[in-house]
Amino acid sequence: MSFSFFLLVLIILGLGSYYFGKSKALALKQNDVVHSLPKYYGYYALVWFATPALIIVSLWLIFSEGIVTNQVISSLPDNIKTLPTNELTLILNDIKNKAAGNLVAGESFIGFELAAETYNSYSKIAENIIIYSSIVLGLISFIFAYISISGKLRARNRIESIVSKILLVSASIAIFATAGILLSVLFEAIRFFQIISFDDFIFGLTWSPQMAIRDDQVGSSGLFGAIPLFLGTGLISLISLTVAVPVGLMTAIYLSEYAPSRVRAVTKPMLEVLSGIPTVVYGFFAAITLAPFIRDFGETLGMNIASESALGVGLVMGIMIIPLVSSLSDDVISAVPQAMREGSYGLGATKSETIKRVIIPAALPGIVGGILLAASRAIGETMIVVMAAGLSARLSINPLDAVTTVTVQIVTLLVGDQEFDSPKTLAAFALGLTLFVVTLILNFYALRIVRKYREQYE
Amino acid sequence: MKNNELITLSDDFLTVGDTTTPNEKIMESQDCCVFYDEAQALRNINLEVGKKEVLSLIGPSGCGKSTFIRCLNRLNDTIDSAKVTGKITLEGQDIYNSDMDVVLLRARVGMVFQKPNPFPKSVYENVAYGPRIHGMSESKADMDEIVETSLLRAGLWDEVKDRLNTSGTALSGGQQQRLCIARAIAVRPDVILMDEPCSALDPIATDRIEDLISELKENYAIVIVTHSMSQASRVSQRAAYFHLGHLVETDATEKIFGDPDHELTQNYIKGRIG
Ligand SMILES: Nc1ncnc2c1ncn2[C@@H]1O[C@H](COP(=O)(O)OP(=O)(O)O)[C@@H](O)[C@H]1O
Ligand SMILES: [Mg+2]
Repeated sequence: MSFSFFLLVLIILGLGSYYFGKSKALALKQNDVVHSLPKYYGYYALVWFATPALIIVSLWLIFSEGIVTNQVISSLPDNIKTLPTNELTLILNDIKNKAAGNLVAGESFIGFELAAETYNSYSKIAENIIIYSSIVLGLISFIFAYISISGKLRARNRIESIVSKILLVSASIAIFATAGILLSVLFEAIRFFQIISFDDFIFGLTWSPQMAIRDDQVGSSGLFGAIPLFLGTGLISLISLTVAVPVGLMTAIYLSEYAPSRVRAVTKPMLEVLSGIPTVVYGFFAAITLAPFIRDFGETLGMNIASESALGVGLVMGIMIIPLVSSLSDDVISAVPQAMREGSYGLGATKSETIKRVIIPAALPGIVGGILLAASRAIGETMIVVMAAGLSARLSINPLDAVTTVTVQIVTLLVGDQEFDSPKTLAAFALGLTLFVVTLILNFYALRIVRKYREQYE
Repeated sequence: MKNNELITLSDDFLTVGDTTTPNEKIMESQDCCVFYDEAQALRNINLEVGKKEVLSLIGPSGCGKSTFIRCLNRLNDTIDSAKVTGKITLEGQDIYNSDMDVVLLRARVGMVFQKPNPFPKSVYENVAYGPRIHGMSESKADMDEIVETSLLRAGLWDEVKDRLNTSGTALSGGQQQRLCIARAIAVRPDVILMDEPCSALDPIATDRIEDLISELKENYAIVIVTHSMSQASRVSQRAAYFHLGHLVETDATEKIFGDPDHELTQNYIKGRIG
């Protein structure tokens, strides 16, 4: 039975169980009080039928690969079985390719063909077990459910609790995914910190991972000092916030307090479009237009400005986060009750006095929250800096210098052929983890502030 | 629909009763009309506000009481669609004239709203807000003085004197409303407008505000919108009955509630009292 045919059978049986559950309830209704609408008994029967299938199929998806692979390994000749793990993995990959019917470069040992066939036959067996067991178990569970249907069964309430559980599961997916991401980064980062000390990484002033490739220098202190990177990230983020906060805030004030509704109707969507522009495009703008312009402009003033200056990158990144700042600020400013404005106007305050003394202070926590979110966006921004920021880690806070950022270094460390257990590659994970923690803390505080602010008016 | 409702009364509708105030008048509205876009919300309102008196505006919901009261301090200017015609004077000066400074007008004609709306600032800063923007105090001591007298007059001083630095929004509803009154008093207005100032308050808090209004009358002219007949008869000397954008009848409060001239007023009063 092919998998798609199996699905079809499942769907038909599922519809069938819905139909039977519902008809039984309809029949009961003829001469008895039935708690819920008949369709709920249909859903009830359907859920009971589908649950075993869902559980079995998900177990299969998780475990079958491992089980089948183990079986294949144990059937391999001894001299292959005892190979080191990474070589064995390569061979297994070849076997799987062969089994899938793809061409394989060289058949590396006697029995290769056989292994591929073994793989296929075990897969086939596993698949059959799954298919038949889920159908059989589903039917058994459906029969029990069907028998249990009576006028007293509160099918509607049961379905309600099932719905709430489904929603709970969907909601936890995001959380588990985050935890999974964090863990995968964490493990690699821990391997890094086994080679390079944590202090050297966090407090070191020199970042020069390329040198560490030479064996004799691995672990020599100072090479993986992350301070220049975080300083560069901080510098660029600061420049971008210096652009985005005032402009974004004033845009928000104009839009929410001054703009006639016609202007607002056009401007707001335009700002939102701006926030949808892929960052690569901003990167082009920074690298090709703005950076050379700043350099040339500096030359005419007799200044020596790097063509990858932090200033250029920061400005463009600032433009990128203006919509974020303005739309978040606009939301919180608009949420300040109209009664506050009228109270202030009623005392003879002008519009700008009202904004300065009542609206901004009332909206301030929300605005600060928005700015923190923007900051964490700037810190994590990758594409613009990869395209327009420098590569060499310089310990500098001069906006006219070329600096590099954490994200740029992560990309450089991971691009190209890398050995996955050299400190150079692992450093990327350590950097990623630190970045993750920093933005997590920022977001955490930002959201807390925003939430606290919301409560104030509800 | 509202449009049609409003024109069910003919345009040559005449106000009955005595519209003139026994005291010296401080504000006067002549043929005041208000339009929200095309819909006319007020038709030719002629009404006087006297010094040292409480004038109550009564009438069914949507008849234009709030609209009228907001004309008196030009708060309708903040609504884009609202257009006001006619003439409204404050001590003889046309407040809709271009040489009228709205900022000063609103300092002289203060307003208290239906829902207490203290700023999310300290009690002290709430009261000091108006004096500060109008530059009414030279020193911190001056300001302390203004804050204290305003709170005293609003009958709130004793309750808040030990916590002038707590947030105004942390007070009870009735205290918040008195804070708003103190805030309005602090800029030394001549007229105080109150739009249903007690409708969000419990009976005890309402009593306190009513007592306060009777005291304030000695120094200010007060225009109050209310839905409570008993409140109107307790606090006001004159009452004006509005109906579908028309001013139907204005007279001494006892007259309006005892023996109104107009049938519409009679119906409203009977419906409310009987
Ligand atoms: N901002 C506004 N825009 C349009 N129409 C309004 C506005 N405010 C009030 N109105 C209309 O004007 C009329 C009078 O309203 P209002 O003065 O609030 O009545 P009241 O305070 O007596 O209940 C009503 O028909 C109302 O729908
Ligand atoms: Mg009203």
